[in-house]
Amino acid sequence: MALSPARARKRRRLGVVIIAAAILGIAVALVLFALRDTVVFFFGPSEVISRLDDPKLRLQERRFRMGGLVEEGSVRRLEDGKTTEFRITDGPGAFTVRYTGLLPDLFREGQGVVAEGRLDDKGRFIADEVLAKHDENYMPKEVADALKKTGHWQGESEAKP
Amino acid sequence: MHRFANPARFQRLASIILPWSDVLTAGLLVSGLYFALFASPADYQQGETVRIMYIHVPAAWMAMFSYSVMAAASAASLIWKHPLADVAARAAAPIGAGFTAIALITGMLWGEPMWGTWWVWDARLTSVLILFFLYLGYMALVNAIDNPAAAVRAGAILALVGFVNIPIIKFSVDWWNTLHQPASVIKMGGPSIAPSMLLPLVLMALGFHFYFVSVLLRRMRSELDLARVRALEDAIALNSEEAAA
Repeated sequence: MALSPARARKRRRLGVVIIAAAILGIAVALVLFALRDTVVFFFGPSEVISRLDDPKLRLQERRFRMGGLVEEGSVRRLEDGKTTEFRITDGPGAFTVRYTGLLPDLFREGQGVVAEGRLDDKGRFIADEVLAKHDENYMPKEVADALKKTGHWQGESEAKP
Repeated sequence: MHRFANPARFQRLASIILPWSDVLTAGLLVSGLYFALFASPADYQQGETVRIMYIHVPAAWMAMFSYSVMAAASAASLIWKHPLADVAARAAAPIGAGFTAIALITGMLWGEPMWGTWWVWDARLTSVLILFFLYLGYMALVNAIDNPAAAVRAGAILALVGFVNIPIIKFSVDWWNTLHQPASVIKMGGPSIAPSMLLPLVLMALGFHFYFVSVLLRRMRSELDLARVRALEDAIALNSEEAAA
């Protein structure tokens, strides 16, 4: 079937746009894939353990962010009254974190946090900033209490790797 | 599609839609704000701060929606040379930029008490900031080029190239570790938000959509009126020149 010149032009322009979009999409995907270690905001403890000697990441030498859940029963105040020690876990891995300063309101055991700092020679993570990470669950207090009472509580337990 | 290319037909259609979208915008936003601020419970963790979300989340959705409309209109303008498409794309840009600014500002107001920081350079926040700059860049580019046909072309190409950012914003929280929480409403296994909190969110989101329709149609109308005024002015100028000659 022969197309009219106007329709042929439109079809050609459509083809150009689709091909350009596909090439652009692939290019951006490649860039983001290559930069994936830079784009991530934090590493989970198990990822830190498995990639400790990765020469690209240099986790032993540089500052980075570690994120996970505050392990239940691990939070304690040190003698100086200002430093808090707790463990960040994502299930398979965990690190002891030391932080001196004020903690955010949402900081509590079982809560997701992201700490920024560096590893010391004893394998502890010395943080100078701790941010609370909120999860995607929104519910009224009464519902949360009822779920806890009936044992259907699932919030704060889904660790992000 | 070219049935709507006739500006007179568009003006008639807009006059039918506008009263409805105005009433729906007002009704949905008033009832949405009532539920958001008074008739919904405080969150078990965030307390009253959760109410910021009823503005923040719909504004962020609209930031992406407005850009998608702008990109779709740009594609129609570039491929099919639809005469109203570039009017729509140019009209959508400032609305989207406004929604993006609201999403960024309310997000910062929420982040300071909840996360403990106003801003972090994680993938979600950074990609939304890039979206804001895309809107500003689009408006600057379209307004900087004097030749209307060249401005339409350049703007449409920029809008389409920038569309690559939209899936990055949407999936940033799934592809990379971010401080920003993942999606609560549109996700596998149903929303993880209590129904009493989903209601104000949905009302606000619908209200924002109708607000977008109302403002978009008004901006397109005034743009078409302006084009007519210019054409008339040119015709008058031409007439008086001929009369003088």
